Amino acid sequence: MNKGFSVVGKSVIREDGIDKVTGKAKFADDYKFDGMLHAVMLRINEAHARINSVDFLEIENNRNVFSIISSADIPGAKKVGMIKNDQPIFCDEKVVTPGDVIAMLVGESEDGLRPLLSKIKIDYSPLPVLNDPKKSLDKDAVLIHPEAGSNLIIHHPLRKGDIQKGFDESDEILEQTYTTQLIEHAYIEPEAVIAIPQGISQGVKIIGSIQNPFSCRRIVAAVLNLPLAKVRVQQAHLGGSFGGKDDTMAILAARAAVAALKTGRPVKIRYSREESILESYKRHPYILDYKAGYMKNGKIKAIKIELLADGGAYTSMSPFVTWRSVVQATGPYEIENVHTDVRAVYTNNPYTGAMRGFGSPQPIFAQESLMDEIALRLGMTPDEIRRINGYKVGSVTATGQTLKDHDVNLITVLSTACENTDFAKKWKNNLKKKSVALELSKDSPILKDDQFIRPDDNIKKGIGLALSFRGCSLGAEGMDASAAYISIQNDGSVYLDCGLAENGQGLRTTYTIIASEVLGVSPDKIIYLELDTGITPDSGPTVASRGTIMGGGAVKNAAETVRDKLTALVKEEFKLPADDIISFTDNHVHSESEGTLASFQDVCKIASSQGMNLSAIGWYKGPNVHWDEETGQGDAYFTYVYGCQVAEVSVNISTGEVYIDKITAVHDPGTVINRLGAEGQVFGGVTQGAGYGIFEEVTTDKGFIRELNFDTYTIPTSKDISEIIPIFVEGKESYGPWGAKSLGEPTLELTAAAISNAVCNALGKRLFNLPLNLEEVLLNIKLRPADTKRGSLV
Amino acid sequence: MEVRFKLNGKEVATATASNIRLIDLLRDKFNLTGTKEGCGIGECGACTILMDGRAVNSCLVLAAQANGKEIITIEGIADGDILHPLQRRFLSNGAIQCGYCTPGMVLSASALLSQNPDPSEEDIKEAIAGNLCRCTGYKQIIDAVKETAKELQLKQ
Ligand code: FES
Ligand code: FES
Repeated sequence: MNKGFSVVGKSVIREDGIDKVTGKAKFADDYKFDGMLHAVMLRINEAHARINSVDFLEIENNRNVFSIISSADIPGAKKVGMIKNDQPIFCDEKVVTPGDVIAMLVGESEDGLRPLLSKIKIDYSPLPVLNDPKKSLDKDAVLIHPEAGSNLIIHHPLRKGDIQKGFDESDEILEQTYTTQLIEHAYIEPEAVIAIPQGISQGVKIIGSIQNPFSCRRIVAAVLNLPLAKVRVQQAHLGGSFGGKDDTMAILAARAAVAALKTGRPVKIRYSREESILESYKRHPYILDYKAGYMKNGKIKAIKIELLADGGAYTSMSPFVTWRSVVQATGPYEIENVHTDVRAVYTNNPYTGAMRGFGSPQPIFAQESLMDEIALRLGMTPDEIRRINGYKVGSVTATGQTLKDHDVNLITVLSTACENTDFAKKWKNNLKKKSVALELSKDSPILKDDQFIRPDDNIKKGIGLALSFRGCSLGAEGMDASAAYISIQNDGSVYLDCGLAENGQGLRTTYTIIASEVLGVSPDKIIYLELDTGITPDSGPTVASRGTIMGGGAVKNAAETVRDKLTALVKEEFKLPADDIISFTDNHVHSESEGTLASFQDVCKIASSQGMNLSAIGWYKGPNVHWDEETGQGDAYFTYVYGCQVAEVSVNISTGEVYIDKITAVHDPGTVINRLGAEGQVFGGVTQGAGYGIFEEVTTDKGFIRELNFDTYTIPTSKDISEIIPIFVEGKESYGPWGAKSLGEPTLELTAAAISNAVCNALGKRLFNLPLNLEEVLLNIKLRPADTKRGSLV
Repeated sequence: MEVRFKLNGKEVATATASNIRLIDLLRDKFNLTGTKEGCGIGECGACTILMDGRAVNSCLVLAAQANGKEIITIEGIADGDILHPLQRRFLSNGAIQCGYCTPGMVLSASALLSQNPDPSEEDIKEAIAGNLCRCTGYKQIIDAVKETAKELQLKQ
């Protein structure tokens, strides 16, 4: 497939790598400005309370306080949101979750300000606290946002076929409930932002660890009541985001901007890890009810799915996150009769929003557990049941979309994964080795001789797989278009920029490779410009794995626009026949009839001497998709990617510990543009997915988070995972640059489900609740401290 | 109080307060912002620096403790414009994504290689176990360290 490429698909070194490896790359907190002030946040220790009054009297004249900023200082919108404006910049009426901020003190140093926070007198009345999403929709439930009329954030129904008929015709029915947990993005760089006033007429400039400069700009402009053009957002190097530096950062930027305009000085806000975890949004915990009807031959006839997502205190991206869930909840299986309801609700818990995976890891855990259970009941192997039901070309999805016009590589990725791991054989062998169940005699707690476990007996091996399809880009969630800018200098060097922001994953490198391929210039001749909303056209957010397919499409279009101009010029200059084929490679321009004509540099020189414009704006717009809100039917996404991961684990049955021996990750991301980057996405995504599967969890007590730093919130370290094997099946695709699609999110969404199926293969018992930590594996329960302190109680 | 120490090869002296952490001194006084803060409690390793050749978390060290010591930060590990072999291998192996953990990783790895020129994979994992990376899954970092060790051995 990749034949004929000179740069695409090769391993190219990151264009920002040197700066990062020498410590020169500037992250948000590394920026300093003359006269810069700092800000600290005022909160109360309540998850739900009405604020009656705030009295700053005691600190107003303190020499460390330069200014006090609250809701009253906001000239424009006091509440904002990515979808619904329900989140206050500063809470003036009530707080609805412990991360909420009431006001902000601004001064020369954070250290001077912090001790003053406790001297501010806040009069408030606590309100009933709602933490259980299952009780959110009860008639007597307290309303988190009374103006919304209910605690329902969104409901996505989907109806296909006749669910009752489907169950009636089924040979067997299986009903299960699964749960997934709240987790933290845990980007290693905590949030930081600086707002710099630009004088009365120019508005404000924002520099920060911002995932989506354009959505940040929209919110800051609304809060300041300024035109978009007067808010310039520049992205600093971003120390990880994974979907997490969007809403939170826009709100921090707005707070800093309000303070900057009030004080006339640059204002920096930077969060400690504790504040970051306390206030930033997280991944939605789900409760997933599945009921499946199936035939003895393995064919699934009907499936009824009910998903409940805890949106926490604010809407954030919940409507879009849960929309992806409703589209993908059946998994990649063709089922005649589907009846799905997905709801997201408000609670007083930390709010939840976008996170890598975006509404897919939760249903995948449930649906892939369910498939394995059905296989076991029917005496089939996990791959057999999936081959019977899995999508092929022409299959119709739950939303009624026919899969065509691209390689529907679901069964290919499944077979590749199985062959590479000798899956079915290992899976059957593990099943035979029954786990040693300890049965203590009621009379005496002392083990009998034959009950002693030999060290080897403690370790059980397991293998499991998970399979998925994933819609690329935004789908029917929103307008899908992006832009890129290219400008070639008369010495042949190139400026490149794209409106889709780098999030640390290597998008800039991918774009550089694409431009390099089109123009035939080496990647080091291409200078990537910093994203600045003042220069780069709005391209929507870097979300939904749309970076490569959308941004890459725009970059290719821009580069081709100038290449076409140069092609015409070359034909004229060298008097070549009109049908001669001109190619651009190795920093030179060649023709089929004459061979190498000139260096790229010389051709650019000629172009500039003739006054030719060698800059262009490239544009890429996704094809139209459509969606019916009432029935959940339509062509949800314009194309899909497919993936299969196999997990091999060892489980210690006396401690409950799960060790990951090996993950084989087979993905079809379309054409691979940046090999080193693509492999990095797999290693990173699988590792995050493994953390989600076996130990990460943010637990709360009445809305208060227990794990506020990395001592208690543990993420995978270098010692937690062994081998990860990435395998790419590069399917054909008509969209995107040379058919390149998406990879970042598929790599993460499958891992937890594959691990869970492997643990079940090892233990002979199924686990229904993520994460599969020691207690879950050993006791099938989650132990929780009684309050926010450490220690365990059931 | 005054502290004197060797910083990236140069003798320096500066006034500091007794409650100032070394990370703040480096970032704020010397503008060496390559040293990052990720947790402030010694769990993430983003603030790793070399102190007399040992990798330490500069968020857990008081500025005063640097007195008389030799400190190397990420800005001081290359030989002028010539990258340290570890830096080169990090680049060629794709061991960098967002790059926030990178300075700490490079310094932890360099402390390992100066103490153990022939580390096993387990040794490498152990040496960077205190450096959290959320992006890379560690694989390409471990490979980079392995290859550097081999390269340095060949040179000797
Ligand atoms: S900031 Fe020092 S270890 Fe995390
Ligand atoms: S590269 Fe992002 S934390 Fe390591």
